[in-house]
Amino acid sequence: MADAARGGDDWLVNEPVAPELAQEQISAEIAAAHAGPGGVRVEPSGPALDFAPYRSSLLRFPTKDLRQADPEGAELLAPVFGEHDVDPLEADLTIQAGGEPLGERILVAGRVLDGDGRPVRDQLVEIWQANASGRYIHQRDQHPAPIDPNFTGVGRCLTDADGNYSFTTIKPGPYPWRNHRNAWRPAHIHFSLFGTDFTQRLVTQMYFPGDPLFGLDPIFQSISDPAARERLIATYEHDLSQHEWLLGYRWDIVLTGSHATPLEDEDHA
Amino acid sequence: MPERTPGQTVGPFFHYALPYDGDRELVAPGTGIRLHGIVYDGAGSPVPDALIEIRQADAAGVVPVVPGSLVRNGVFTGWGRCATDRVGEYWFSTVEPGAVDGGAPFFAVTVFARGLLDRLFTRIYVPDHPALTNDRLLASLDADDRARLIATRGADGSLQLDLHLQGDNQSVFLTYPGHK
Repeated sequence: MADAARGGDDWLVNEPVAPELAQEQISAEIAAAHAGPGGVRVEPSGPALDFAPYRSSLLRFPTKDLRQADPEGAELLAPVFGEHDVDPLEADLTIQAGGEPLGERILVAGRVLDGDGRPVRDQLVEIWQANASGRYIHQRDQHPAPIDPNFTGVGRCLTDADGNYSFTTIKPGPYPWRNHRNAWRPAHIHFSLFGTDFTQRLVTQMYFPGDPLFGLDPIFQSISDPAARERLIATYEHDLSQHEWLLGYRWDIVLTGSHATPLEDEDHA
Repeated sequence: MPERTPGQTVGPFFHYALPYDGDRELVAPGTGIRLHGIVYDGAGSPVPDALIEIRQADAAGVVPVVPGSLVRNGVFTGWGRCATDRVGEYWFSTVEPGAVDGGAPFFAVTVFARGLLDRLFTRIYVPDHPALTNDRLLASLDADDRARLIATRGADGSLQLDLHLQGDNQSVFLTYPGHK
């Protein structure tokens, strides 16, 4: 717990410091894990919870089998959110602090679908991210890159009747972390999503196309299926870009299957 | 069928984004019960950077489908969120859920944490309820695992259950048919 000496909110302990651990070692472990048998997963195409190259996972993954349960009661109904809960201005992260944030202005838009391809309507989407320099407002972020006083990096919106969401923000920068020596996270935006069942809850990260750090990052590589990893990467979409204003990225999100019967779905529509 | 989007860890930097005023207060403190516990890792150390969410029925066994969880307005929404504190504790101010369709009452729970690469699902059952003996999930478990899913009632009516991500006392984590 080396952070304890740093003062401030010591209890927000950061990743363990491993300055002697080389990227080559981590990369070799990633390759070995991908070649090995399976791993502990909540979903077949999800990340391996027991992914040792991500050192913080070592004491935090379940070693006993997950149990199959038939959802019932509160598990069958996600919470709902309304206009009272979310101000439409929260979807624009470039206007929250009184001045223009620095960096590359972007639009990130897409649809939230359930496992059967149905749009998830009127549902909450939450995002958080680093600023253009790769720095979070969070007090535990010790990276010596500048804080942008005009950027908090937090947004919310509700999907529309077709499941569409849209955020205006700044392209986040990559940043170093302490998993191993010279470890860098590829630029990403954290997403928090709800479906229509409680069981569809998802927190994930969206990445940007062509990032040279993909192959080196144990969090991204915790998903062993290359096609599944691709689904975390947004696509540049020129039709979403706006003349002399911003660049557009599209990222669609597909949640797990809903357990509702079609009749119940009609009732809640 | 569209291809599913994989999860990723909530990471270390969610505290300024996901928690909000009143997130853990499904009812005003002092008016209901306290649901609480400590989240532990596989070494038995508290996890001070986990996030717990609950979904539940009201006391009459009705699962509310009403907005108002982010800006609490006195309406019981049956959903709450709590980041663990420096000693790994979570707590909610809520009501004891009633039985839905005669089933054993429980809180549906999602667990997120730095170091946890995907979210985990579990349940916290209300203790001493007659329907516990008929519950299909509990019936499929041995006595030790059953006990790890059922809260303990305190003298003040509070419900307490610790969550263990790993180890001999590991909590029972769930997958559902829709996850296949």
